[in-house]
Amino acid sequence: MARIDLVNLAHSYGTRPRADGDYALKTIDLSFKAGGAYALLGPSGCGKTTLLNLMSGLLTPTQGSILFDGVDVTERTSEERNIAQVFQFPVVYDTMTVYDNLAFPLRNRGVSGEALDSRVRKIADMLGLTASLNQPARRLTADAKQKISLGRGLVRPSVSAMLFDEPLTVIDPQLKWQLRSQLKQLHRQVATTMIYVTHDQTEALTFADTVIVMFDGRIVQIGTPEELFERPNHTFVGYFIGSPGMNVLPAAVEGAVAVVAGHSIPLDRQYEKSSAKTEIGIRPEFVHLAESGQGVPVRIKRIDDVGRYKLARVTLGTLPLNVMVGEDAKLSGDTGSVQFDPRRLHVYRDGELVDGRV
Amino acid sequence: MTDIVVTAKPTAPATATKARVRARSRIGFSWLVPLLYILFLLVPIYWLLNMSFKTTNEILGTFSLWPREFTFANYQRILTDSVWYNGYINSITYATLNTVISVSVALPAAYAFSRYRFLGDKHLFFWLLTNRMAPPAIFALPFFQLYSSVGLFDTHIAVALAHCLFNIPLAVWILEGFMSGVPKEIDETAYVDGYSFQRFFFKIFIPLIAGGIGVAAFFCFMFSWVELLLAKTLTSVAARPIASVMTRTISISGYELGMLAAAGALTIIPGAIVIYFVRNYIAKGFALGRV
Amino acid sequence: MDKTVNNRAWFMVLPVLVVMAFNAVIPLMTVVNYSVQESFAGNVFFFEGTKWFEQVLHSDRFHASLLRQLIFTGTILAIEIPLGVAIALAMPRKGPWVSVCLVLMALPLLIPWNVVGAIWNIFALPSFGLLGRAINGLGISYNFTRDVGAAWFTLILMDVWHWTSLVVLLAYAGLMAIPDAYYQAAKIDGASRWSVFRFIQLPKMRRVLTIAVLLRLMDSFMIYTEPFVLTGGGPGNATTLLSIDLVKIALGQFDLGPAAAMSLIYFLMVLAMSWVFYTVMTRDEARA
Repeated sequence: MARIDLVNLAHSYGTRPRADGDYALKTIDLSFKAGGAYALLGPSGCGKTTLLNLMSGLLTPTQGSILFDGVDVTERTSEERNIAQVFQFPVVYDTMTVYDNLAFPLRNRGVSGEALDSRVRKIADMLGLTASLNQPARRLTADAKQKISLGRGLVRPSVSAMLFDEPLTVIDPQLKWQLRSQLKQLHRQVATTMIYVTHDQTEALTFADTVIVMFDGRIVQIGTPEELFERPNHTFVGYFIGSPGMNVLPAAVEGAVAVVAGHSIPLDRQYEKSSAKTEIGIRPEFVHLAESGQGVPVRIKRIDDVGRYKLARVTLGTLPLNVMVGEDAKLSGDTGSVQFDPRRLHVYRDGELVDGRV
Repeated sequence: MTDIVVTAKPTAPATATKARVRARSRIGFSWLVPLLYILFLLVPIYWLLNMSFKTTNEILGTFSLWPREFTFANYQRILTDSVWYNGYINSITYATLNTVISVSVALPAAYAFSRYRFLGDKHLFFWLLTNRMAPPAIFALPFFQLYSSVGLFDTHIAVALAHCLFNIPLAVWILEGFMSGVPKEIDETAYVDGYSFQRFFFKIFIPLIAGGIGVAAFFCFMFSWVELLLAKTLTSVAARPIASVMTRTISISGYELGMLAAAGALTIIPGAIVIYFVRNYIAKGFALGRV
Repeated sequence: MDKTVNNRAWFMVLPVLVVMAFNAVIPLMTVVNYSVQESFAGNVFFFEGTKWFEQVLHSDRFHASLLRQLIFTGTILAIEIPLGVAIALAMPRKGPWVSVCLVLMALPLLIPWNVVGAIWNIFALPSFGLLGRAINGLGISYNFTRDVGAAWFTLILMDVWHWTSLVVLLAYAGLMAIPDAYYQAAKIDGASRWSVFRFIQLPKMRRVLTIAVLLRLMDSFMIYTEPFVLTGGGPGNATTLLSIDLVKIALGQFDLGPAAAMSLIYFLMVLAMSWVFYTVMTRDEARA
């Protein structure tokens, strides 16, 4: 396993990039600890696959360099970098059996005989493929094929990093869950640096210790799943993470008060006055809805039953707001009042989090 | 916990300074192979052009790499004589008609063969191909009787339909081959994402089999274009194909090689245009993951 | 791939069947009709059973043209398929040269077959043709109207020139349809160029190659116009392939019976060979 450093890295698919917009990946500096589990999370087109392919060597960066354990590998091929990659669609060698598929990377590196056999069987066992070792690979189901792809990556004894490009896309929903937990387990067993690209936050948040949120070719925030949930640095991260995402309301903020649609909401910190576009953000989990009483009056539009909780869709003036309420909350009528937990209220100026003074 | 260094506000990347042009020059000689092949193909074509600018006397009288008496007469006669250029228009018309019919009809059938198992599917698939196995000569007389009896003699549509005999099987086979290269998982993913069958077929599936459509369309056009016997049999004046014009006119005035060469050179053009149009389909890669 | 059983798929195949029934089934029945009858003066028919079939199958003339045909088809398949695949592999994948290559390679396919024969006829003339002069200039005595060897050489060269591009186009489109991910995975697995060909390209091109082989097999077996214009079947009957012979019999003797019988036998042979090739080349597709 290797520590990966990205220095001043940027990439454009065009031949003569000039403006910012020509770059699929804007300049970043990033380091991945050896043995860590990372997720690159973001919507389509945010540059995460580009970043992954740059690291694996399938793309050569327009600018910057990539270091594995301090060694500059920017000019080296994927093979030389000794990485493994699992793609969105299962890639197996149709004409070979499962065994031969798993053995292929080893044979190409000159491994044979007993060493080869024991290694292949060990990996097959880890992935639950032992029963199908002698079957032709093309007859297997999609998730088994992805396991084979995974296996080809694992079978090599000293892989510097394993890269996953949305590997669960074609898997059946019920098997997705299974494979997800298997991947997490795998990381504990194998302790290689693993980097997982996805647009699905559940996958990212379950798999990774550190999540890197990307948007429009830039890194927006890096942190543990908890950090991203509790303290989103940008309104985008707030929207994107959590289901449903964070509520973002335009407000005027000065001192320890935020004014939203004419109502005052107390904050637990002091903020300077500013002319920048200001918003407050709070997750539905931290908004309290009651039939009446203290707080900001709202109209209740709809209550969705999501199983473990209910989601109330309300409007504060004209602004929509989602509130999480308990299963047995009693709400009747179409008005109510909400209170915001001031410790969970964040203030954003121009989309970015600002810290107030205590 | 994690040591991350992130620039707070990413700046626009410095332009030319670190632009690295990967000199991945393939110092292989693989480009030599297509080049030699194309040269091989072009030599007789150059010879054809050579002949087309000569008089027949010169063609049969002397050997010359370049026309001694350069003449446009052959081309002039062809392009000014309405019989000739109508011949071209007729051929283009029925070949295009045939291509459109064959490919459109073949698309759903190929999809069915590719995705579904149904009663008799394997045998039907092979039977289609058998229709290309009989020399068209066998069908000449029966076709003549058949199309005359439905009043379609000497029409473009008659030739277009007649050519479906061998073009539809070809189109079905080619399209099925390409469709089978697209994993069924893509269909299923699209349905899960809420696509209706029509939207899926036209927005997702067809772009993925673009290569197959390009090749099928070109081959249908080509085989219809060059087919002589049925086209001659089913037409007389109104829809007379260029091939028929060539052989008739030439035999009347003697074996006019210069004219034949010029006419032959001109017949290359419509097909060249067709393949130019479908070239992007044929050369299109199939990038998984962009769905 | 796992196909789902769905008998309503017949509706998707229906348009094809309608057109084909009109074009194929009806006329074919007419031919079968002729093949079992004897005709005098074209309008009077007597049912003669299998007499014509037996006559054709036992004739030496038939055996001779069949042999020539088999040699011809075998040779061109052995040349055109590997050559076509090799060229497709060597062609550029993207960039401006792709269009140029594709258009230029398509040109021989577009020339009417009688013109193809005519071009090569003149081209190969020892006196006035570029090829003829060139070969004779090298010291090799070459005259395709007189020498059997020269005639066959010219015939085969003409067919390779004419039809290899069909294989190239099919193979190229098939290659382009292979998703990038396979090449990427192979790179990561450390596969050699040969491995990539053997384990990725060739298997994925199998369907396309089947089409190419079957097409060339059938078309070369039925070839008529080009060799007829090139050599007329000569010198003597050295290049009289099956269909040339068939037409000679039909036109020369005005005997619809033997001609139709021969046509049917011909058709059945092509059918049998295609069936064999088809089964062999797609056998791995068969699922339990």
